[in-house]
Amino acid sequence: MSGAEIFDITIDKVRFSYDGAPMHFDATIAANAITALIGPSGSGKSTLLNLIAGFETPSQGRILFAGRDHTAVAPAERPVSMVFQENNLFAHLDVAANVGLGRSPSLKLDEADRDDISTALERVGLAGKDKRLPRELSGGERQRVALARVLVRNRPVLLLDEAFASLGPSLRRDMLDLVGELQRSRAMTVLMVTHDPADALRIAAHTIFLENGCVVASGDTATMLSGKAPAQVQRYLGGKVRDAGDTIARKET
Amino acid sequence: MRIFTLLTAAATAAFAQVASADTLTVYTYESFTAEWGPGPQVEKAFEAECGCDLEFVAVADGVALLNRVRLEGEATKADIVLGLDTNLTTAAKATGLFAEHNIDTAAITVPGGWSDDVFVPYDYGYFAVIYDTQQMTTPPGSLKELVEGDAGQKIVIQDPRTSTPGLGLLLWMKAVYGDKAGEAWAELSDRILTVTPGWSEAYGLFTSGEAPMVLSYTTSPAYHMIAEDTERYQAAGFSEGHYLQIELAGLTTRGTENPLARQFLAFMTGPAFQDVIPETNWMFPAGKTSEPLDPAFSKLVKPQETLLIDAETVEANRQAWVDEWLSAMSR
Amino acid sequence: MAVRDEPLTRPRGAVHEWRGLAGLAFIGLLIGGALLGLVAEGARDPSGARDAFDPYLARVVRFTLLQAILSTLASVLPAIVVARALSRHGAFRGRGLLLRLFSVPLALPQIVAALGVLALFGRAGLLADLASASGLGHWPSIYGLSGILIAHAFFNVPLAARLLLQALDTIPADHWRLASQLGMAPWSTFGLIEWPAMRAALPGIAGLVFMLCVTSFTIVLTLGGGPAATTLEVAIYQALRFDFDPARALVLTALQLGLTIAIVWLLARLGADLAGETSIAVSRRRYAAIGGVETLFNAAVLMLALAFVGGPIAAIVAGGLEADLGRLIGEHAVRAALATSLVLAFVAAILCCLLTFGLVSGRKRLEARRRSSPAGLAERLMDSGTALVLVVPPIIIGAGWFLLLRLFADAFAFAPVMVVCVNAVMAIPFVVRAIRPAHDSAFDRHDRLCRQLGITGMARLRLVDWPVMRRPLATGFAFAMALSIGDLGVIALFGSEQVQTLPYLLLARMSSYRTADAAGIALILAVFCFLLIMLAERLGGEKR
Repeated sequence: MSGAEIFDITIDKVRFSYDGAPMHFDATIAANAITALIGPSGSGKSTLLNLIAGFETPSQGRILFAGRDHTAVAPAERPVSMVFQENNLFAHLDVAANVGLGRSPSLKLDEADRDDISTALERVGLAGKDKRLPRELSGGERQRVALARVLVRNRPVLLLDEAFASLGPSLRRDMLDLVGELQRSRAMTVLMVTHDPADALRIAAHTIFLENGCVVASGDTATMLSGKAPAQVQRYLGGKVRDAGDTIARKET
Repeated sequence: MRIFTLLTAAATAAFAQVASADTLTVYTYESFTAEWGPGPQVEKAFEAECGCDLEFVAVADGVALLNRVRLEGEATKADIVLGLDTNLTTAAKATGLFAEHNIDTAAITVPGGWSDDVFVPYDYGYFAVIYDTQQMTTPPGSLKELVEGDAGQKIVIQDPRTSTPGLGLLLWMKAVYGDKAGEAWAELSDRILTVTPGWSEAYGLFTSGEAPMVLSYTTSPAYHMIAEDTERYQAAGFSEGHYLQIELAGLTTRGTENPLARQFLAFMTGPAFQDVIPETNWMFPAGKTSEPLDPAFSKLVKPQETLLIDAETVEANRQAWVDEWLSAMSR
Repeated sequence: MAVRDEPLTRPRGAVHEWRGLAGLAFIGLLIGGALLGLVAEGARDPSGARDAFDPYLARVVRFTLLQAILSTLASVLPAIVVARALSRHGAFRGRGLLLRLFSVPLALPQIVAALGVLALFGRAGLLADLASASGLGHWPSIYGLSGILIAHAFFNVPLAARLLLQALDTIPADHWRLASQLGMAPWSTFGLIEWPAMRAALPGIAGLVFMLCVTSFTIVLTLGGGPAATTLEVAIYQALRFDFDPARALVLTALQLGLTIAIVWLLARLGADLAGETSIAVSRRRYAAIGGVETLFNAAVLMLALAFVGGPIAAIVAGGLEADLGRLIGEHAVRAALATSLVLAFVAAILCCLLTFGLVSGRKRLEARRRSSPAGLAERLMDSGTALVLVVPPIIIGAGWFLLLRLFADAFAFAPVMVVCVNAVMAIPFVVRAIRPAHDSAFDRHDRLCRQLGITGMARLRLVDWPVMRRPLATGFAFAMALSIGDLGVIALFGSEQVQTLPYLLLARMSSYRTADAAGIALILAVFCFLLIMLAERLGGEKR
């Protein structure tokens, strides 16, 4: 798929219920740009990502990529790569193999594939570490491996589910910048869940705010995270300062 | 790869049931065909006589033997079934799978005599209480003494619901006590250490020293004398007499079409077969042997009276008697 | 959750379930076929089914339940203490040996184990000798309920302890660090950390032990002291073997199944299911300092466990060494029986591991799909349902299939196939416990990633499942093989000339006065079982 293609994501009146909490999503993710997804714990951020990635199936509504209906398509066949907060790597496979799985799910790799893997690892700053096992890497390095796989996999959409939440501030900034770079070079459509407004401000052009399983507000990041934001967002941002540490550590489902 | 052998055996046996004309198939129990059992010598002797192939098919014991034939029904491959005892004959005849033997059984003598159109005896033994002389100096001299004796001196018996000797003792008590058997069992129950499912478990407990007495056969000491050269284990002679077990062979309807089958039954009554029995099956031969038995056999308890309840009576009353035993023993 | 049927997305999930369904189908076919055979035969004379219900049966049922419940308690309660001691001390000398020793009892034929237990506790046993030598007086007779409980504990304490230890191993290292940091006393550690982990596993383990005890046969009769100690299994055996009354046997089997389901259901109410939360033990290192008093207590517990389990095994070894082992091993019959046993156990263990893996992965996929809604029937069947095969007596399966097969072919020729299938299925409940925790936690870590990257089918087996499951599968394989090798099997009822296994030979020797030979064969059996477990642990790279 060429980077030039316009690749927006439409969430068309999607209904979904989890543990009795009904969710209703209706939104469009801007093509070829980074969008941040913020909102309180339990507001449905990860669920929305899982719906887009195909891990969850809506009870009603459609999910469209570049105008094409993908509601019934299996996760691996969607034009999507996703990086989770943890468990992005197979602990028993080395770095190169973990990246190589992005090219061939049965690890049948030819010379060109191997070159691509090396290039990707270089690109994320892990040159020469291709034989390491995940446990020999730091948390940041592990997420870099996952990003290298995204590169090798070469899908137009990237979903980040609090992918850097467990990293320290400076490491997190580095990783965000790396994502920004990758997005620019491949013109990817990126949707990232984050707890920290600073993350959104750093790289996201757009921001969507969720609450109680609904899209409450969306717009460009600068507006959404300023004094001009809707009341709910303001409330959330106000509370954000007090319990930031708490919410970041909590993993939502 | 043994499994392939097994599977191939399974496949060939399943799809090619045609046996050659000069093969005789005899179903019997496990210890008969064991290396130390009568099987190998019998097979050699009979094959030399008939110039044919004798094939043994062995199952666990006499009861399993009847069940197997019952399960196979008309499709059974057995020409001869060898190893049923008198208590099983009524059930065996009821299957309709056995035919009259029509051979001369003059050479066969069993205590109390025998005449049956279908089954031919090949050996017999008496049930007896075996005691350990190192633990017991004065064994009971009668069933009555066993029942009324010191409850501290224990005996291991077998369960009549699951074992042939167990049923044997049940019938023995019945033969001696008649209608009073239930009360006798209740009195004996204090003396019973435990009731095992089969003979092996009981005898294993006995030889490991758990109890000074066990229910077995009068011939058991012969094994210990001849094979182990010890007189430690002896049978207690009971004045009321001993209950008899006769082991029988029968001809199946399939076997009537195989001339070798009747030849085998005749062979079974002769010395070539009978010679093998005493020291391999540890029972008394039902026919004449070419040489006298080992002197150890003459040292064995000789019952003053032979007790045997006829097969029809046993079959008709077994359930009621077992129930009587159960309620007496469960008190 | 109302999920719209989506043929385009769902086939992927459905494809994965076939393994679980195949496993269920296999078990269903094995038991269903047997029941069909018995029903067809029993229908000819159904009076036995009617007559089955009498006061005698009520007594049998009462005793069956009594002994099984008490035996379960006598096995599981000590196992908690033993497992905890083993878990607290992760690195003492001989720990691995002790754990391997713990796998031996399950592989022993019941009569061998009973004689071993008697060598320690019997009237002529070591303790009785000690009691009279030291002037302590009369050693109480163990025949009766106490004998049954002791023998069942000998079989099941080691089993339950091993399984509980596995549960304890899943406690995350963080919890230990936390306990250490908060300065928890042993009692609070037990109450707050160890007990919850064990409690989650207990209903499953207790259910398994209950099922093993409820079907116990030789031990109950031999050590029970008299026919008052009669279990349903004895009644089933009697109905089939002596009375040849399939209708009655069927009714009794159904009763046994029904009672067990009720008990297992009750147990499941009492505690959380085995599934629980699957935290991954990052490190097995313990941070808790263990006090001197506790160390002494634990040492005493382990010594006692060693004596209790090792004593009868030592007696079996000693008895075996008195046999003429050189001659025995040289005998063709022994070697052939050993080879037959090994081959049958090997094939059964492979089949068992395949079936179990299918069931475990099928179950987990169903669980993952339904999320928080209640488990469906298929999932429940793939879970605890498989354990119920333990309560269907092998002689029922054997008899049923022989009755059915004889209509089409020479049924007895299929004896080896029957032995393999029955042994494989009977071992499933044990292997489930060996591989399910590892499988489920790996699944939780890997499934989204696999679905995302499209790693499916053989690629997933090769790249993801096999590397993770290799060790637990090796353990399960060893368990299955050890169980199968000591099993007398379905042929015990009718016998078969093709399947002369080692336990079969052992009983044959016993039943022709050759008790020394039998003891020697028991030793050979125990040694091979022990070697197999060591080998499998080495192959699996399991470190203890």
